[in-house]
Amino acid sequence: MAVYEQKQALEAPSSTKGAIHWIKENLFSSPLNTIMTLMGFGFLYIIIPPLLQWAYFDANFVGTTREQCTGDGACWVFIKMKMDMFLYGFYPETELWRLKAIVIMFVALVIGLRFIKSGKVKFGIVFSYFIISLILTAGGIFGLESVPTDKWGGLMLTIVVASVGIVFSFPIGIIVAFGRQSNLPIIRSVCVTYVEMIRGVPLITILFMSSVILPLFFPEGISFDKLLRALIGITLFQAAYVAENIRGGLQAIPKGQYEAADAIGLSYWQKMLLVILPQALKVAIPNLAGAFISLFQDTTLVLIIGLFDLLAMVRITAADSHWLGMETEGYVFVTVIFWAFCYGMSRYSNKLEKQFDTNLK
Amino acid sequence: MMRALRNQKIRGMLFQVLTILGLVAFLWYIGSNTMANIEQRGIKSGFDFLSGTAGFEIDEAPIKFSSSDTHGRVFLVGLINTLIITFIGIIFSTILGLIIGVFRLSNNWLIKKLAAAYIDIFRNIPILLQILFWYNVVLRALPSPKQSINFLDSIFMNNRGLYLPIPDLNTTTISVCISVLVVVVGAFFLNKWANKRQEETGKDFPVLLTSLGALIIIPIITYFISGANFNFDYPALKGFNFRGGKVISPEFLALTFALVIYTATFIAEAVRSGIEAVSKGQKEAAASIGLSSYQSLKLVVLPQAIRIAIPPVINQYLNLAKNSSLAAAVGYPEIVTVFAGISLNQTGQAIEILAITMLVYLTISLIVSAILNWFNHKMKIKER
Repeated sequence: MAVYEQKQALEAPSSTKGAIHWIKENLFSSPLNTIMTLMGFGFLYIIIPPLLQWAYFDANFVGTTREQCTGDGACWVFIKMKMDMFLYGFYPETELWRLKAIVIMFVALVIGLRFIKSGKVKFGIVFSYFIISLILTAGGIFGLESVPTDKWGGLMLTIVVASVGIVFSFPIGIIVAFGRQSNLPIIRSVCVTYVEMIRGVPLITILFMSSVILPLFFPEGISFDKLLRALIGITLFQAAYVAENIRGGLQAIPKGQYEAADAIGLSYWQKMLLVILPQALKVAIPNLAGAFISLFQDTTLVLIIGLFDLLAMVRITAADSHWLGMETEGYVFVTVIFWAFCYGMSRYSNKLEKQFDTNLK
Repeated sequence: MMRALRNQKIRGMLFQVLTILGLVAFLWYIGSNTMANIEQRGIKSGFDFLSGTAGFEIDEAPIKFSSSDTHGRVFLVGLINTLIITFIGIIFSTILGLIIGVFRLSNNWLIKKLAAAYIDIFRNIPILLQILFWYNVVLRALPSPKQSINFLDSIFMNNRGLYLPIPDLNTTTISVCISVLVVVVGAFFLNKWANKRQEETGKDFPVLLTSLGALIIIPIITYFISGANFNFDYPALKGFNFRGGKVISPEFLALTFALVIYTATFIAEAVRSGIEAVSKGQKEAAASIGLSSYQSLKLVVLPQAIRIAIPPVINQYLNLAKNSSLAAAVGYPEIVTVFAGISLNQTGQAIEILAITMLVYLTISLIVSAILNWFNHKMKIKER
């Protein structure tokens, strides 16, 4: 009796697997593709080696003065020596511990919040962190020496402007978005006018307005800090974008949710805050994150009205007579920092989006 | 009383009345303060300043401008420059964005990754930083006029700008320009005719190939018929600087480069998401009824992709127009730099000048949103 013996299956032919197959399929599948691949490699060859040469192999890392930068490449000594300026601006050196404490507290906060379940406690902690940070930065009470805002600068000012803009624009934006969806005609038209007017003009005109016209709006004697004026402008600007994004979220919520909330007898604010808003925010997260990333980028505009943010620091540090001609290094350094922040934020928002994705369909 | 307050309608009315009262009180408060402040500081008001002498020069005025002209003309110069930079920016960022967007979907791994890297890098760097980088690092590193970078002895690039030859306005130049215009208009009508014929008979007509061919051949024929007399005004080094030709300033170049590179990343993403949004079933259906891959792209994929991709692209055009205001950082004389900058400093009439400037941008964005609404209406899927 013949016994059926299963033979070992042959391996796939070498032309359909492995690295060579992958290269053939993905890089050289057609004449056009081959040309494109070669051009791509050529492009990389033109860009990457000189860049590495400049930024690393020929660069100078040791030393404390310009004269010690003898290589042809970048002089990173400049960045090293001016690091405090880039990070903190003209903040007095003896008070720097306050800013460092805020950073340490931030790290502790990020780790600590993982262990706290209750949303209310979380909110309370973050809120008090925000207040403590403001007190620490500005000083003036609890025996802390007051640091006037014209001493603020560098990355610290950028973060102050961005975080104040994000935190304060959020509640305003939510209220305006509610107003725009409301069925009271006057409230609705006020909100629509506000959002459309702000979104129709560039931020720089709003900054000009808040820095030049805002002081005229108040009686003689009430004077606003230059930074405060910029913050008001940026917050009002950002609130319009937040409102528009949240409105997008609100519109995505099916009518049944509103009706169900009404049916169980919730009041308007209970309905909006407990039922509609949490769902709307989930939908709006990607767009809100986009708006916050562009706000972070837009903070650079404050240099046009004379504040010294991180970008403005390049010009100021390079104007130092000991370090003339160091603008390139400064711009590259600042570019890397801005890029890292924005890229990190966009990655984080992708993560949040997946985390909140409660696909109900 | 309490019962009345519980009535939703009455509460709504009350709330609105309170809002109006609050708003009016606020406006009255800031209005009266502003009046008092303006009077106290001796700032003039009204729009008379528009006919006052400006007293400063503008380097890159597209229309004739001298320091004895009025602030009204300054406004005009700024407005035209804003429109120029927006127009040029839109054209180039569309081209670059389309290329990058298509690369992003290429089946070539390297090209795909390069396009993705381009998008990830440039959309995460603030536009103002990019403008300053081009202006202060790249363009300033160019050689002086004597050592200009030279292309074929006719195009020169140095730290004072880009020098291009310009054709003289003679019969040849004008007729070639007109012939190009005629071909473009002709292509538009050809496309309409071809669409109609296809709807009626199902026969396809190669519109793209025909119009591209015509775009090359007809101007060449016109060139020879009209006397083959292209006469260029070449830039040439005279003393320390170039004379003749057309010079494009470093400010303009830095602004254009940065705006184009930044905006192209968003356009590329819009193009990609538009094409990706067309479901696979559509392509498979197109293949199963025997369409070639070009036909499937032209007749099935692109019409659906454009519907999704165009609205975000138009929004990016609007953003580009608004971002052009950052010219103030490098001093390209568009409306914010010359009008909301120099004119404002000279006259001190901040309220009027900023109101006019904001009105310009508001008008642009209203026009754009009108176009967008028209497009959305036209492209709405007609359900039968």
